[in-house]
Amino acid sequence: MVAVVIWGSLRRFTDGQGEVEVEARNFKELMEALSARYPGLKPQIERGVSLALDGRIYREAWFTEIGPDSEVVLMPYMAGG
Amino acid sequence: MALDNTGQRVFKVVGTRPPRPDGVDKVTGRALYGADMSAPGMLVAHILRSPHAHAEIVSIDTSAAEALQGVKAVVTAADFTPQEDEYLDDILVNCLARDKVLYDGHAVAAVAATSADVAKAALKLIKVEYRKLPHVTDVDAAMRPDAPIVQSGRSLETVPEGMSENVTSHCEFGHGDLEAGFAKADLIIERSFTTAATHQGYIEPHACLATMGADGKGDLWCCTQGQYNVRSICADLLGIEASQLRVTASEIGGGFGGKTTVFIEPVALALSRKSGRPVKIVMSRSEVFLATGPTVSSSTDVKIGMTKDGRITAGQAHLRYSGGAFPCGTVDMGAQAAFAAYDLEAVQTLGWNALTNRPKEAAYRAPGAPQAIYAVESVVDELCQQLGLDPLEVRLKNAARKGTKSSYGPTFDDIGLMATLEAAKAHPHYSAPLGENQGRGLSAGFWFNFGGNTCVTLNVNTDGTVGITEGNPDIGGSRAAISQMAAEELGIPYDKIRTIVADTSSLGHNDVTDGSRVTFSVGLATIKAARDAISKMCSRAAQIWGIDEEAVVWEDGAACPAGPNAGKFPPMTLAEIAAVSFNTGGPIAGHYEFNADGAGVSFGVHLVDVEVDRETGGTKVLRYTVFQDAGKAVHPSYVEGQMQGGAVQGIGWALNEEYIYGEDGRLQNPGFLDYRIPVASDLPKIDTVILEIPNPGHPYGVRGVGETPIVPPLAALSNAVSRAIGKRLHSLPMSPPRILKALSEA
Amino acid sequence: MKTIHVSTTVNGDAAEFICGPDESLLDVLRNRLGLTGAKEGCGTGDCGACSVMLDGRLVCSCLVLGAEAEGVTVDTIEGLAEGDHLHPLQQSFIDHAALQCGVCTPGILVAAKALLDRNPDPTETEVRYWLAGNLCRCTGYDKIIHAVMDAAKTMRAA
Ligand code: FES
Ligand code: FES
Repeated sequence: MVAVVIWGSLRRFTDGQGEVEVEARNFKELMEALSARYPGLKPQIERGVSLALDGRIYREAWFTEIGPDSEVVLMPYMAGG
Repeated sequence: MALDNTGQRVFKVVGTRPPRPDGVDKVTGRALYGADMSAPGMLVAHILRSPHAHAEIVSIDTSAAEALQGVKAVVTAADFTPQEDEYLDDILVNCLARDKVLYDGHAVAAVAATSADVAKAALKLIKVEYRKLPHVTDVDAAMRPDAPIVQSGRSLETVPEGMSENVTSHCEFGHGDLEAGFAKADLIIERSFTTAATHQGYIEPHACLATMGADGKGDLWCCTQGQYNVRSICADLLGIEASQLRVTASEIGGGFGGKTTVFIEPVALALSRKSGRPVKIVMSRSEVFLATGPTVSSSTDVKIGMTKDGRITAGQAHLRYSGGAFPCGTVDMGAQAAFAAYDLEAVQTLGWNALTNRPKEAAYRAPGAPQAIYAVESVVDELCQQLGLDPLEVRLKNAARKGTKSSYGPTFDDIGLMATLEAAKAHPHYSAPLGENQGRGLSAGFWFNFGGNTCVTLNVNTDGTVGITEGNPDIGGSRAAISQMAAEELGIPYDKIRTIVADTSSLGHNDVTDGSRVTFSVGLATIKAARDAISKMCSRAAQIWGIDEEAVVWEDGAACPAGPNAGKFPPMTLAEIAAVSFNTGGPIAGHYEFNADGAGVSFGVHLVDVEVDRETGGTKVLRYTVFQDAGKAVHPSYVEGQMQGGAVQGIGWALNEEYIYGEDGRLQNPGFLDYRIPVASDLPKIDTVILEIPNPGHPYGVRGVGETPIVPPLAALSNAVSRAIGKRLHSLPMSPPRILKALSEA
Repeated sequence: MKTIHVSTTVNGDAAEFICGPDESLLDVLRNRLGLTGAKEGCGTGDCGACSVMLDGRLVCSCLVLGAEAEGVTVDTIEGLAEGDHLHPLQQSFIDHAALQCGVCTPGILVAAKALLDRNPDPTETEVRYWLAGNLCRCTGYDKIIHAVMDAAKTMRAA
């Protein structure tokens, strides 16, 4: 199980929880598990999310491995100028 | 790829200041920018734009224009297929209005003709019947329940029930117990701020030259921050295959985020397809202001609590941004960045984006962050003033550092904020005396920085020189930095390398030049491509020497036998290996393709002294110093240039620049005379102090530097003005009339 | 519209062109003579990217009519270097990294040369005010001012 911190406005789709636990070994599995468990998150995940893993932000890489003790934070897909 | 920590690396080329490879072209007028290209038989196109802020298009009659002698093609939205993907469809509708015009200057139709005069005459012959609709240009007004609706049905599921349909998205970030945090405070200050929309203000207007045949094959030359992005958008909008459209990026005359999308390119391609002739479109300056991306306008409430000794106990911000007439996610970035410089137990940021009848937002350097951080840094400064605390000490006390849980969620790794603040504190600028009507302001700033998709090819030529092919337009010296990193890695002189920017057919996909990503990502790919070529060269040398590949190492630009067991051979230089490459297996090239992550966030601190003229309300910037963590400055001159340029754009934003709309919803200042960007005589020297706290995600420690410097100036200037006149302004820009008004409200 | 025939001298060479009566010198240079070094940043005299010399006078070529070039000399960025020998200002801009995107550079170089021709030893303030009509959005002007001051020094020593 990995504990995923989600951002505040998504809490309405996770029964009010700011941190949820799902089974996932990488970014792709994480997105799939979140969408399956909390269908309300699906539109946001489809629009794009980034993943911060131990402080480092990944924007797309599906197979980024998530260790059991990793700090996992879901973030909106990042865009710059 | 992690930082090379094998002993303290001594750099030979990285960190020096060689001349840039495109320098001579650019000082002689030879460099070709967007508008500088022509083609035989070329037509010139002009665009008809809406005179209304908001109106329904009842009908468009182009027959008279089409009949005009010399007109070869006319296009409207009807010539394009609506896109299923909302993001793409918004871009399309912004290029040519479909059912409604959504802002003053919104494109409605385009004409390609044998001359500019004919094209302009034809525009006058197009009859558009409009039915005017009520409009709204202010973000707060747009959020009221009774506001005119700019577009319906665009709200995301994140928007709470009961808000105006103009509200397209809502976000919330933060952690901790706000109430408990505020309860611990000795002083709580809550203030509201606004910032005007500003334009990137690149000196080169958008321009392109499109050639497309009836067979669906096309060529496009344009000034863009990302030729691959232009290709995929245009291919989709025109219904052609990406492989059939080759996009070449011209030299680019500034972008700052504003050239990360398309405005005229699909239109030119459609006109070319229709007419069978090359079509050139060059925007005028007023078109650039009217119809290309300004940044968001914002309205913000910030509440911060502090103890008497300067510890921040809680921070909260409500951000209302408008990205114009289309949904826009920039507020998410602002809400995440707002408190990033602080180590907080309790923090919450809420953001909303609202539609207004303004042009579609385009990214502008650290999009969303300057507005949010301006408000936060202003309130922190006011707390310091009221509590009699030194603003730098307070920031040091509360600064985010390694191990801090950031305001947007993740825990920070190595970051340079503390070092940057310490450098500011130790700098003579901070303790220099000030005169009457003068004030000193300080602000921290932050940006995420990105990596992204990147390809690099490195070709070793038989004469011992090296060609690098990369896919990101060179906005401010990146070809130099990339050549430097290759020279460093290969161990050959900088001037033996030539780096070129490829068109979309010559190299795989590269993300747009944005998010301060190029020196980081392309640099990383270059280092990897060099290492790829090195391993091939080592294997060639091993073959020549008849020893194991593993027994060869690369040192100082040459293959050498490693250790005593490898045998005794004199080193073979890159040139020597290259010279016999045809005999040892053929040409040698290194490649690297990847999606870069680990860009490493960036912090900066700006110090500014101003003097306010109480008669005129004018603010003179007397002294300015930028402190920023660059990780590792590859070409320090261009790092300084980014810091100086970003700071001056921020100064313009703070003091003068703004989109001014009339009652009629029309833009009143679409020109450089009335939209005043800083000129040389407005400014003092912009001092820079580069700090180098290596980014753990890059072998040389490089961090992006381009965006952070526009973030701190807004609050730094506002804090300085507040201290100079003893009154705080809560709106940007602090133009002379606003300052006079503040002074008169004694 | 009737076109006008114009005989002029551009960068020391005789040149002839025809143009419309309302056509700007900038458009003539760029579209008829193939000299695209001067840029159009605004077309209204506000940015200086189109700076050229007309009979030794610094002008915004977007505000001059092509027809006004009749019988006078026009000097553009393309004429600043002598063969493959860069003008000290050009060299100084490269050495000081005084350009980022470089689109303002041709105009600024022409304007800076006009300054140094009349005042070989300007103060920093004089340089800043002289160049106030040339917008640069990338650099914050710092390195540009530096480069001009340094070129002036080199030229005085020569
Ligand atoms: S183009 Fe002539 S001054 Fe701007
Ligand atoms: S270098 Fe880009 S405008 Fe001056």
